[in-house]
Amino acid sequence: MRFMLLFSRQGKLRLQKWYTATAERDKKKMVRELMQVVLARKPKMCSFLEWRDLKIVYKRYASLYFCCAVEEQDNELITLEVIHRFVELLDKYFGSVCELDIIFNFEKAYFILDEFLMGGEIQDTSKKSVLKAIEQADLLQEVRKLPHNMLCF
Amino acid sequence: MSPSVRLQEMIRVIRSARTQGEERGVIQRECAAIRAQFRQADNGGRSHNLAKLLYVHMLGYPAHFGQMECVRLIASPRYNEKRVGYLGAMMLLDENQDASLLITNSIKNDLAHSSQYVQSLALCTLACMGSAEMCRDLAPEIDRLLRASSSYIKKKATLCAVHIVRKVPELGELFTPAARALLAEKNHGVLHGAVILITELCERNAQTLVQFREAVPELVHIMRGLVTSGYSPEHTVAGISDPFLQVRILRLLRILGRNNDTASDAMNDLLAQVATNTDSSKTAGSAVLYETVLTVMDIKSESGLRVLAVNILGRFLLNNDRNIRYISMTSLQKIVSTDHNAVQRHRGTIVDCLKDQDASVKRRALELSLALVSAINIRSMMKELLLFLSTCPPELKSHAASGIFNAAERYSPSQRWHIDTILHVLITAGADVRDETVPNLIQLITNASQLHCYTVHKLYRALVADISQQPLVQVACWCIGEYGDSLLQGDCEETEPIQVTEDDILDALETVLQSHMSSPATRGFALTATMKLSTRITENVDRIRSIVSIYGSCMDVELQQRAVEYNALFKKYDHMRAAVLEKMPVMDRSSMGQTNGESGGGGVQELEPTKPKQPEMMVAPQPASQVGGGEGGGGHGF
Repeated sequence: MRFMLLFSRQGKLRLQKWYTATAERDKKKMVRELMQVVLARKPKMCSFLEWRDLKIVYKRYASLYFCCAVEEQDNELITLEVIHRFVELLDKYFGSVCELDIIFNFEKAYFILDEFLMGGEIQDTSKKSVLKAIEQADLLQEVRKLPHNMLCF
Repeated sequence: MSPSVRLQEMIRVIRSARTQGEERGVIQRECAAIRAQFRQADNGGRSHNLAKLLYVHMLGYPAHFGQMECVRLIASPRYNEKRVGYLGAMMLLDENQDASLLITNSIKNDLAHSSQYVQSLALCTLACMGSAEMCRDLAPEIDRLLRASSSYIKKKATLCAVHIVRKVPELGELFTPAARALLAEKNHGVLHGAVILITELCERNAQTLVQFREAVPELVHIMRGLVTSGYSPEHTVAGISDPFLQVRILRLLRILGRNNDTASDAMNDLLAQVATNTDSSKTAGSAVLYETVLTVMDIKSESGLRVLAVNILGRFLLNNDRNIRYISMTSLQKIVSTDHNAVQRHRGTIVDCLKDQDASVKRRALELSLALVSAINIRSMMKELLLFLSTCPPELKSHAASGIFNAAERYSPSQRWHIDTILHVLITAGADVRDETVPNLIQLITNASQLHCYTVHKLYRALVADISQQPLVQVACWCIGEYGDSLLQGDCEETEPIQVTEDDILDALETVLQSHMSSPATRGFALTATMKLSTRITENVDRIRSIVSIYGSCMDVELQQRAVEYNALFKKYDHMRAAVLEKMPVMDRSSMGQTNGESGGGGVQELEPTKPKQPEMMVAPQPASQVGGGEGGGGHGF
């Protein structure tokens, strides 16, 4: 996966994760263009499209578009499942997630994404495992200072 | 007030700004405050200040002054500060920023931290934005972690290794032994990462690929386990056991089985089993089947298995889910040249997809349909393609027109059919036909000598109806100029007779010449056609003379040049006019590429039409001294 974007129907970016080094200026341009292309699509259309030299896989959940750019050899259908898994994780964590949750807790959304995907690939195919890890990490956040000889959970 | 609420408070304030200006004002104030906070000593709110900055950055505002704060926070002993610091590093620092090198040491320390969650932060950040240099520095650490005891760390280290191999392929050798050992893992996360790592290693190093072919039986065993295992609450998705892992293994098998009979044989049964037993009613199952089909078609599989795979794709074509239809066609496109007959069996469904509402599906269907045209089905396919052309979205028209021309050229059952098809395309999508096709079409028309009368009649009718489509107008003008005498005769056995007078023809050509819709090249065609008619008609030659002389002072240099030269043909070189404007000989394909023709038996060798002149020449028209070099060796187009 090259990058993942989350944006609203109004074209407001809610999350962007880039897995390749790209200049800030280029990122902005690509995001703007891609948002335009995806937002112009009608509801019943295919979730896949070709844009520049990339394959784009996107799906709309309520008011948010989840949009991934994948490589030529990547399986588009499994990418849809990856997106769905991410939405399920957010849903479990926030309890019936909605766009506002992601806006006001954007850093937590990133933490969840970073526990689920790394370098664009899935870290763990078990939903339970990912959720547990995030839970533990959150607990750790409450501790004021890490002791030197802390054991792994 | 707890710092976290301050972040959310800021977000609320920004969102309530009613104008862009108001938002900018709020953000400027906040950034100033954040900057001030950064300069202060540790005040317990550092992570929240950085988080605020990251939010502002996501809205599109500059945040580079936060880079050093990220570096500082990463080095903090507090987990919450590290967490935000690393997040900031991934958002604000990439390998092109100098500051990114400063965190290498922190990452190194954190990779050896006693808390696996801290190790995880370091691994994730390295895998996200690690530069080649950082990767080289830290690769030995990652290799050590690949052999760690905790699955949690192993799975992350594996993906970090994947990133390193992508960035610095030579380091692949370092990870190969550990990668091999990881295949014995039971933990799905680790296994998944290991399969990806092995895939990357094999793709980049031929020797490693040979080495890992020996792992095929092991992979087959794992896959079989997944396929036959029952429900597992942790890994089952829509009835499929860990589809993510299955897809990954299938892809690795594809790479290992490619061009290798032994490896392909070893996986044949498994692939057949997966292809037959996987339930494709939901996306997860379809994803696995899709990957299976790709693998079967790419390795040296038995013919029975290949047929099975193509049938799966055929079934996908009939699926209600548009996504499945789309990827089915993508796959069929890949195999249409190698397994042509198998794909032909599904031609009907593919052609139906031309009528789909979705532009992506339409595009795929067009590509496939064009690939499936053959001598046997040309008539019926062309009907569908022409129907498609008249209703397809504008971005596909040009491609469809070219495809139709190519197909017609290869498989035309008759010349008349060929000409009809060309005319149909010119009339329905004339504006989208590529410029280069005009000379090809003209050449085709000259070759069909018994159809000249028919062709010019049809083109004349089309021209009179609509002069906006340039390629159509150009071909029509050319034909009228060449075969105008047939047009005047009025009767033609293939089409309804119409009465066309010389004035009618000249009216038509003059309309083209004067219309603002005509491109400079088109007007060139029209002018030359008018000139040619001077030897084909009898009564209105004076009218032609006056048209030609008017254009002698035209602002367009190309037209002016032609007009002046034609004028000369009327005056000084009138004795040569008939010979120069004689009917064109039949052109053969090989002569089409030349730009400066030999003067053959009488006619000026027809050349490719000149492209419209550059703008700067339009501004300053050249004086009449351009004349000279008129006929024979003068090489300009018509």
